[in-house]
Amino acid sequence: MSTQLKSASIPTIPIKARLSRWFGRNLLRIYMVFGFTYLFIPVAYTFVFSFNDSGKSNLIWKGFTLDNWQNPCGAPQICNALGNSIKIGLLATIFSTILGTLIAFAIGRYHFKGRSSSNLLIFLPMATPEIVLGASLLSLFLVFKINPGFWPTVIAHVVFCISFVVVTVKARIASLDPRLEQAAMDLYANEVETFRRVTLPLVAPGIAGAALLAFSLSFDDFIITNFNSGTLITFPKFVYVAAARGIPAQANVIGSAMFFLALALVIAVQIVNRKKIR
Amino acid sequence: MRATLGKVKTPYLLLFPGFAFLFIFFILPIINLAQTSTQTPIAGGDTGQNEQTFAFSNYINAFIENREQFGRSFIYATLATIFALAIAYPLAYAIAFKSGKFKNILLVLVVAPFFTSFLLRTIAWKQILGEEGFVVPTLRNLNLMGQSTTITSTSIAVVAGMTYNFLPFMTLPLYASLERIDPRTIEASGDLYANAITTFRRVTLPLSLPGVVAGTLLTFIPAAGDYVNAAILGSPNTKMIGNVIESRYFKIVDYPTAAALSFTLMAAILILVTLYIRKAGTEELV
Repeated sequence: MSTQLKSASIPTIPIKARLSRWFGRNLLRIYMVFGFTYLFIPVAYTFVFSFNDSGKSNLIWKGFTLDNWQNPCGAPQICNALGNSIKIGLLATIFSTILGTLIAFAIGRYHFKGRSSSNLLIFLPMATPEIVLGASLLSLFLVFKINPGFWPTVIAHVVFCISFVVVTVKARIASLDPRLEQAAMDLYANEVETFRRVTLPLVAPGIAGAALLAFSLSFDDFIITNFNSGTLITFPKFVYVAAARGIPAQANVIGSAMFFLALALVIAVQIVNRKKIR
Repeated sequence: MRATLGKVKTPYLLLFPGFAFLFIFFILPIINLAQTSTQTPIAGGDTGQNEQTFAFSNYINAFIENREQFGRSFIYATLATIFALAIAYPLAYAIAFKSGKFKNILLVLVVAPFFTSFLLRTIAWKQILGEEGFVVPTLRNLNLMGQSTTITSTSIAVVAGMTYNFLPFMTLPLYASLERIDPRTIEASGDLYANAITTFRRVTLPLSLPGVVAGTLLTFIPAAGDYVNAAILGSPNTKMIGNVIESRYFKIVDYPTAAALSFTLMAAILILVTLYIRKAGTEELV
C-alpha cells in the first residue's frame, strides 16, 4: 500500500523541484567533476600537443604526427636534461629516504630530551621558501669555492626532501597498532627480530610512499635547482629556458610519458597493497 | 645497565646523520646568508666582491625599494591560498565521504597532474589562455571580453596559476584529516537533531581544522616565495619578491641585497605562520 502511494506520488512532484533535489543530492559529485576537469585541462593540453607537427615552436596546432613520440630526443639537449633529472632524483631520493626514515623512527618511537626542538628543525626547511633555501645554499657553496653543478644540486634536493620523508614516515609509524609489536614480543621475538619481521614490513608502505614523493619533488624542482646547478641542465630548467621561444613538442612527449608512467606505477602499488591486505 | 644506556642513546644515534646533514647544508647556509645580508661592496672591487660592514641599513633600503613587490607577494599568496582552500575543501570532502570504492583512484588522480612537470602545466595554461589559445578569441567573438583585454600578463593569471599549482598541497592534508573523522561522530550529531549545516559547522569543520592549517601553510609558504608563475603568466607589473631576489642574484649580482630580501621574506613568513598557528590553536604542525 505504502509503495503504491510512493510511486503514485512521484509524478506529482514538479519537474523543477525534482531537478533541484537531484542537484542537491549530486552537488558534491558535480563539483568533483568540475574539480578534476580543472586539474586535468593542462595535462590534456600537454598530451594533445605532444602530437603536434609543430616544427620548433609548439604554439599553434599544425597537424597530427607521431614523429615526436618516435623521436623524443629530437630536440637538442632534451634527453641530456632528462637524464640529469633522473640521476639527481634517484640520488636525492636514496639519501633523503635513508636520513629521513632514521629521523622519523627516532621522533616517532622515542621520548627523549630535545624531541620538540627536533620537530622544529624538521619543520623549518618546509617553512623556508624555496628561493631562500636555494639562495642560501648557493652562498655557502660560493664561500667554499665549490662550483654549482651536479652534486650541489643533489645536496640541495636532499635538504628539502628530508622533511617530507620524515613527515610521511612518521605518520605511518604513528598509525601502527602497538599491540602488534607487543604480540611479537610475547611470542619471544627479541627487539631486533620484532623490528625486522613486524615493525619494518608495517612501515614499509610509508617509506615507499615517502620515496615516491621525494623523487617527484626532486624531479619537478626548478627554483632550488636553478640556484645550485650552474650550467648543468635539468628537465625543468630545459623547459623554463625553452619557454621564452616556445617549447619543442618533445618536451610534451616526455611530460606526458612521465605522467602515464607514474600513474601506472601508483596504480600497480595500490593493486599489490590491496592483494596483500586480502 | 648497558641495555638502558643503549636505549637512551638510540634516538640520538638515529638522528645524528640526518641532523648533521641539515646542520651543514641548512643551518650553516642560513647563518651565512645572515652574514652576507649586512655586507657592502668592496670599494674598487669586482662585482660580487663584498666585505662585512654590518650595514643593517641594507634591510631598510632593500625593503623600501621593494615594498611594492613584498606587498604583492603576500596579497597574491593569500588570495591563492583562499582560492585553493575553497576549491580543495569540497573536493577533499567528496573524496573522503562520498566516493565509496573509488576513493583510492580519486586520490591518485589528485596527485597525478604533479607528474607532468609543473612548468609544462603552467606553460600550457599560458597557451590556453593566451592570444593564440581558443579561450580568448572565443570570448572576444561573443563580446564577453574587450578586444584589447587579455587574461595572461595580468595579476589574475598569476594568482590563478599559483592556485592551480599548489592545489594538491592543499587537497592532500585536508583529505588526510577528513578521512580520519569517525563517521559515528557525524551520525551522533544527526541523532541529536542537528541539521546538515550545523553538523558541518560544529562537528566536521572543527575536526578537520588540523588539515586546514597544514594545507594553508603548505600552500601559502611556497606561494609567497614563488617567482615562476609571475615570470611565465605575469608581466613586469606583477613582479613578486621572488622575481626580485632571483634577478639580484643572477642579473645584478648584488648578493647583500638579495640576502637581506631573502631574510626579510623568511622572517615575515615565520611571524605570520607563528601567529596563524597560535590563532588556529593547533600544536600539530604538519
